[in-house]
Amino acid sequence: MRLVKAGRIVEDGFARVADDAPIPDRMPVIVTAARWRAEIAALSRRAAPLGIVWPNNANVAELAPHLDRVALVALVFPNFRDGRAYSQARLLRERFGFRGELRATGQVLRDQFLFLARSGFDAFEVSKDPDAEAFAAALTRYTVFYQPAADERPWVARRRLAHRAVTSPSLREAVQ
Amino acid sequence: MYVYDELDRILVGERVTEFRDQVKRRISGELTEDEFKPLRLMNGVYLQLHAYMLRIAIPYGTLSADQMRTLARVARMYDRGYGHFTTRQNIQFNWIKLEELPDAMALLASAGLHGMQTSGNCVRNITTDQWAGVAPDEIEDARVWAEILRQHLTLHPEFSFLPRKFKIALTAAPHDRAATKVHDIGLRLLRNDAGEVGFEVTVGGGLGRTPFIGKMIKPFLAKRDIVSYVEAVMRAYNQSGRRDNIYKARIKILVHDLGPEAFGKEVEAEWQAIKDGPLTLDPAIIADVAARFKYPDYRRLNDDPSELAHARASDPRFERWFKNSVSRHKVPGYAIVTLSLKPEGGPPGDATAAQMDRIADLAERYSFAEIRVGHDQNLVLPHVAQRDLPALWRALDGIGVATPNVGLVSDIIACPGLDYCSLANARAIPVAQELTRRFRDLGLAQELGRLHINISGCINACGHHHVGHIGILGVEKNGEEFYQLTIGGRADEQARLGDLLGPAVRYHEVADKVEDIVAAYLELRSRPDETFLATVERIGVEPFKERVYAVG
Repeated sequence: MRLVKAGRIVEDGFARVADDAPIPDRMPVIVTAARWRAEIAALSRRAAPLGIVWPNNANVAELAPHLDRVALVALVFPNFRDGRAYSQARLLRERFGFRGELRATGQVLRDQFLFLARSGFDAFEVSKDPDAEAFAAALTRYTVFYQPAADERPWVARRRLAHRAVTSPSLREAVQ
Repeated sequence: MYVYDELDRILVGERVTEFRDQVKRRISGELTEDEFKPLRLMNGVYLQLHAYMLRIAIPYGTLSADQMRTLARVARMYDRGYGHFTTRQNIQFNWIKLEELPDAMALLASAGLHGMQTSGNCVRNITTDQWAGVAPDEIEDARVWAEILRQHLTLHPEFSFLPRKFKIALTAAPHDRAATKVHDIGLRLLRNDAGEVGFEVTVGGGLGRTPFIGKMIKPFLAKRDIVSYVEAVMRAYNQSGRRDNIYKARIKILVHDLGPEAFGKEVEAEWQAIKDGPLTLDPAIIADVAARFKYPDYRRLNDDPSELAHARASDPRFERWFKNSVSRHKVPGYAIVTLSLKPEGGPPGDATAAQMDRIADLAERYSFAEIRVGHDQNLVLPHVAQRDLPALWRALDGIGVATPNVGLVSDIIACPGLDYCSLANARAIPVAQELTRRFRDLGLAQELGRLHINISGCINACGHHHVGHIGILGVEKNGEEFYQLTIGGRADEQARLGDLLGPAVRYHEVADKVEDIVAAYLELRSRPDETFLATVERIGVEPFKERVYAVG
């Protein structure tokens, strides 16, 4: 497993803590959703960054009121064919305004990277080493995107309109 | 025709590059078959009984003459010289080699064709009325909306790993030729009391193992909201659709379990949160897509020209074909011509490379270089001047695509069945072939009137047997092929599922039983113009059952 952030393979600054293990005070940790629910008050008093593994069958709206105290949300792909976490990621970013680290975990393979990035993930626990090394290439494979998502990539309809607005005054008015 | 711009072309090219890399990684062993499978599926590549099968998308069934020629080249270079048109307005090639797939796809991409999202658990090719843009009864051209949705849902980052496949169909005419009520989402363009055109939305229709007619969850949706509303439906399904059991993973099961009202509420809540965001369609965006559909430069012609009247009066074969295969066009002096891919003894929907090339030539000469593919597995030349009909008919007859059986008993829809498909339990194509021989008498077929037979080789129902006027479903019992018969199904605006007629019968008995059903209809109908469906609806299944399953 390799962690990819900002397009590079990096060391993981967070430690995963088992539900029955003590939580270190000064270290960034990732806990399960169950533990977070049980120890929410104690966890919010900690100064060190907190990460939560959020299962793909739990509603992310539950997290929303607490997001300003959460540094990392790890969403889960039990296998890469299970795409629920794409919706969770978009909701966290676009609806609930989460700006912390959004990490893809589980079976994370090269051919998902672009979909993941477009859905708002910015950290990736990549299952296979060659996939991690091919990360940058996978993200630049496409230059055309038909729909807006959680990323900043320009989408086709906007590009077309911008292009046409230069040449057509009536369309320019319609766009404005 | 929708004309691709530079951006559309770049995307298709990028897809080919990506797939070439995926095939390379599969051949080198870097990807396991399990990991490769969803990737190839999202490019329309199945592993069938004998070989890989490649399914090419034909968005809303519209093809240019050049695209048809490209399909012919693929058939020649990479397949065995023919292709198979499907009920989802796609074409399939059944004998492709894995290592040649990237080259075949590159050739297709040169004509703007691809296999993106023709299989796998993603949004499939969006289908519509094969007469869209030319049908006299339509409100507007539904393909503009199919294209807007196609673009939005192509390589959608959130909806590429859904619980199961997802099919959307649209119609803009009161007579539903796109079977929208048996789709995951069915969209019908209509005009409301205020005179505005919008969409009625149904969800959760589908055939397969657990057939359902779609449920209406939105009676009227403004045009600007269509993309955001579809996004809301997809998001509700992606999060809540079952993933523990492949047979319960389609949206129809979710809608059924929650109830259409509760599901509709869930969608509504999600939609309210996104409806005024970036997915709201700017009128300029709609205008931009609409402007990309190029309509022919029709001449000013009159209906019923003398050339046509003369041919109809002097040649009974032409007259029979004209009455069967030619339909009214919205522009005076023009006609819509259906090309039957259901010749006597032929596999339904197959066309040879030579036929495809010739049809491309004829489309250029007589139909402004445009061809349509219908979900009934026939082709259409949508813009033929009525005065050209006699000459066109002679040419079509010469290549075997002018059998005057469109909409009649021998115009059979069938899946590939056990001859190709790894899921099938029973053969479908040979059953269809035998039936076309039994009903080769065109006089009898005409006497029977509108009668649709649909055959599926397994419960997955790719031949749409549930909505056949006569439905035939192949099953397996103790290693032997058996067939269940249903009657009274229909896929149009009054969609309903057929009723089971009686116990399943053996392979060699199917054609006899269908003949018995037909004989019962001729006996039971109240008047010669009472259709098969009308008779079944009037008297029910029992009188048919008694006659078809009579002792001795």
